Amino acid sequence: MNFHASSVGATRYVGERTPRKEDSRLLTGRGQFTDDIQLPGMMHIAYVRSPVARGRIVSINLEVAREMPGVQAIYTQADLAAIPVQMMSFFFTPIESPVSLLADGRVACVGDPVCMVIAETRAMAEDAAALVEMEIEEETPLVTIADAKTGPLVHPDKDDNIAAEMGDEDMLEEAIQPLLDKAPHVVTHTIRHQRIAQSPMECRACVASPDGSGEMTVWMGCQSPHLAARYLALVLGLPQESIRVIAKDVGGGFGLKNIPWREEVAVVVAARLFGRPLKWIEDRYEALTASSHAREQEVTLTIGLDDEGKLLAAWSDYACNNGAWPMGEDANIAVHMFMWPAHKLPAYGFVTRGWYTNTMGLGGYRGPWAMESLIRETTLDKAARKLGIDPIELRRKNLIYLPDQPVTSGMGIEVTDITPGECLEKLVANVDVAAFRKEQAEARKEGRYLGMGITTYIEPTGSAGSMQPMTGETVHVRIEPTGKVVAMLSTHSQGHGTATTMAQVIADRLGVAYEDISVFEGDSAIGAFSPGAAGSRQGVIAGGATWKATELLADKVRAVAAHLSNASVDAVTIDGGMVHVEGAPEMSRSLKELAEIAYGEPGRLPEGMATGLEAQFRYQPPPMTMTSAAHCCVVEVDAETGFVKILRWISSEDCGTVINPGVVEGQIAGGLAQAIGQVLLEEMPYDARGNPLAATFKDYLMPTIFDVPDFEYLHANTPSQTIGGMRGVGEGGAIIGPPTLVNAIADALSPFGELGGKKGEVTLPLTPSRILDVIEQRDVSGHSAHAAPVPAAAPVSAPAVPEAPVAETAAPVPAPAASASIDGDWDMTLKAPMGGQTFVAHFETQGTSLSGYLSAPEGQQDFSGGTIEGGRIKFEVKVDKPMKITLKYDIQLEGDTITGKCKMGMFGTAKVTAVRA
Amino acid sequence: MSEHKIELTVNGHRHAATVEARTGLGEFLREELGYTGTHLACEHGVCGACTVRVDGVAMRSCLMLAVQADGCEVTTVEGLAAPDGTFHRVQQALQDNFGLQCGFCTPGVAITLATVLQDNPSATTGEMEAAMSGHICRCTGYQGIRRAIRQLAGENA
Ligand code: FES
Ligand code: FES
Repeated sequence: MNFHASSVGATRYVGERTPRKEDSRLLTGRGQFTDDIQLPGMMHIAYVRSPVARGRIVSINLEVAREMPGVQAIYTQADLAAIPVQMMSFFFTPIESPVSLLADGRVACVGDPVCMVIAETRAMAEDAAALVEMEIEEETPLVTIADAKTGPLVHPDKDDNIAAEMGDEDMLEEAIQPLLDKAPHVVTHTIRHQRIAQSPMECRACVASPDGSGEMTVWMGCQSPHLAARYLALVLGLPQESIRVIAKDVGGGFGLKNIPWREEVAVVVAARLFGRPLKWIEDRYEALTASSHAREQEVTLTIGLDDEGKLLAAWSDYACNNGAWPMGEDANIAVHMFMWPAHKLPAYGFVTRGWYTNTMGLGGYRGPWAMESLIRETTLDKAARKLGIDPIELRRKNLIYLPDQPVTSGMGIEVTDITPGECLEKLVANVDVAAFRKEQAEARKEGRYLGMGITTYIEPTGSAGSMQPMTGETVHVRIEPTGKVVAMLSTHSQGHGTATTMAQVIADRLGVAYEDISVFEGDSAIGAFSPGAAGSRQGVIAGGATWKATELLADKVRAVAAHLSNASVDAVTIDGGMVHVEGAPEMSRSLKELAEIAYGEPGRLPEGMATGLEAQFRYQPPPMTMTSAAHCCVVEVDAETGFVKILRWISSEDCGTVINPGVVEGQIAGGLAQAIGQVLLEEMPYDARGNPLAATFKDYLMPTIFDVPDFEYLHANTPSQTIGGMRGVGEGGAIIGPPTLVNAIADALSPFGELGGKKGEVTLPLTPSRILDVIEQRDVSGHSAHAAPVPAAAPVSAPAVPEAPVAETAAPVPAPAASASIDGDWDMTLKAPMGGQTFVAHFETQGTSLSGYLSAPEGQQDFSGGTIEGGRIKFEVKVDKPMKITLKYDIQLEGDTITGKCKMGMFGTAKVTAVRA
Repeated sequence: MSEHKIELTVNGHRHAATVEARTGLGEFLREELGYTGTHLACEHGVCGACTVRVDGVAMRSCLMLAVQADGCEVTTVEGLAAPDGTFHRVQQALQDNFGLQCGFCTPGVAITLATVLQDNPSATTGEMEAAMSGHICRCTGYQGIRRAIRQLAGENA
């Protein structure tokens, strides 16, 4: 792609370390964060939260609290229920747990909001909140994934504690195990990832102000005001134009603020009921223990390799803790989709499940599927040690390089321009690995343990068009009559610097000074729908939209100038805010002069041209744009104390066209710092009664300046196929960082044994005592004693099929009534990875052959060629969206219900249920 | 709750107010006086976002009561730049080196560094980095802050 067209002047802004537009307000204390909003008559909210993890609410006594000075109202769920709410996931699918804004008769985790106190000041609200008396009949909570597999139901109306599940168990026996059995080498590795509190420095915050008749202005710490407004309208069943969300400055999001959650929605509902502006500012205790959490998961990966180290087959068994009220039930299918598309792996299968427990719900966090890189890269290194192959060589043998592409992975992901191998080559060309190995050997003689970890990864970024909220982006650029440039975007920065990078693109493509450009964003009243900061997409999609919109505007400027000068459009260039005509220097005009004509003297414009100087473009990019990288980290582990010191960290990444290296490196660095926190420091532990144990930043260890080394960058960039050629870079550091550091530590410890001991179970964070477990070959950390059993590894036996806990009230399953007719309409639910999908299934039988259609508001799909035998129904439906896959239904008719499964190509297998319509 | 009359100077402006004994200085500066540049990110003295300068000393305004600032001279991030808007050299160094992203931790970082340099205009990188031990930044991985420190110490960023 020729992304430096000749129409504009010589001054380049794309690729420059341009100082950020956001900084002048943020450095002088003039930012506008949600807590900075003060409105006349505004009241303050404090939540009363459950102190127990599970139980029935017997009574709530508000008498004393209501008498406290300044208290205006105390709401329980019974009050808020006056406005019905259906909570949704990020994908705009209904949350499947019976979640309500405040606890509805039961509490299911510590921190569950039970009452909302509204008072004149925050202090008064907190005083009163402390005096609300709750009697809760406490029950034994389920805390861990292991608890969830065997314990009573977290949500009594559910069939089991499985919040979501995908994958195909049969595939292990049918396809994978035979390959593993034949493989000369089989390596199994388990990782238990601790629970993380996302911890943006600004906690969640919401101000809701009811205006006029039924309108609401909401200031909210969010990742996209547009998405927040759409979400609120949807869950409250209101027209979207009645809700405006403003978020000028937000102190970090990292996935936590993807969607408004219970507390924010409750503020909006309460503001409607109360009729005055309300403010809720989460404090750090709430943020740590009750915002939502992320990452608690365990996975066992088994890989088979030949003698040369080539991958033959792989199987993984994955489980994640969804807590009681996840922001969307999740089995993390993306872990499996993105584990292997960059590798030559003949066969891969998995089972993946999310489990409900009595803990705080699962929310988003930078690179939610990051486990794919962590388990793959650590297992590959373990295999390299076992086979005695250099870990870089092992990767070279298995990675897909550019000449191998395009190629489609077993999971149906087509890659056309990924470069993990190329990034790796650039990395090893710049890091003297041989010299390091020598230094490492010398150091070991002195009792110093150095280690090097090298990893590669790819990441889907800029996703658009395959999931409801993941859309394209609209950009409006205008040259004002003053000659200054204004852009209206739907982007949102929680530190991303989008006003800076988008202004750079405009300056570059239009030929105007960066200083003369103002970017407006952060308000749902500006621009069109966009999910903002979600999935590393803004640089790619908003960048591409800005690129094209600006070129359209430049075309118009040149057309006007050519017309005025009687010159050809090709002879016109714009540079430094001046419009020049080649060969006629006397015809040069400032953009201001030209704009005055375009706005004020329509008669001088070309026939039929609209007045003014503005352009709008909506960019729908390719469905996914891949980013690749290879990283190297060098550590020293102190064998006495178990402390890890990071000596070097080099990133070699391909993020396409770099708009601003300062911004790009800042995104990588921020993600890497979070990775270091995850591997070494951060943890939100729970005790057996379901109490979260890290309540302050003295217990929850955030990385400080001393924990993070200087990062070095080797930019190995190749432009992508998007307009402008950008690739997303927001999440990458948090994805590739953890395996890079774990591998470096494992390498350092290799003289002592494998990290994770004989069982091969690595538990994060790698605290000094867990590292001493390896060095001293004994249980220093006390971890092994408490460890719950992990999913069985594939080569030993088939993966443990969890016994679904049975509801005490469950009715006996009726015997299959094979003779019942299936003909007619059924309300069918497919438990798809992005939430449940409900549609009408229509069946018509003729003997044993079956035809019909599936019908949803989005459209109807006919099918034929199905079969029905003894109540067992099989049919196939081909779909094109979100991608081309064949859905293979295999379901069983039992009286008036149908249950079974549907194989969905790369998405694995989903549960199907149906009842007669 | 007892109330107290206090007088203090903030960024060169004199303010008189009546405050509850329990009101924190950070809360008072933000809510009563409108200096919302001071951010409260933990309210328990660990993160450093709330740092302001009180009589020349960098203080955590979440751990200090407003009454304790009676008669004091306070500088918040709003008071760092010159009256004509020219950045303090700490602000300039942070901008030059991409030392901030979301900007929530930044006011405290800027006040601490400015205070270190006020006490010792030729403070070393080691001294300034040591002062950063009391600040948490979730966004930047401290890269730009460290480069800014090097620039302030006259080294190559
Ligand atoms: S808010 Fe004062 S140290 Fe965190
Ligand atoms: S810039 Fe966001 S916390 Fe430091």
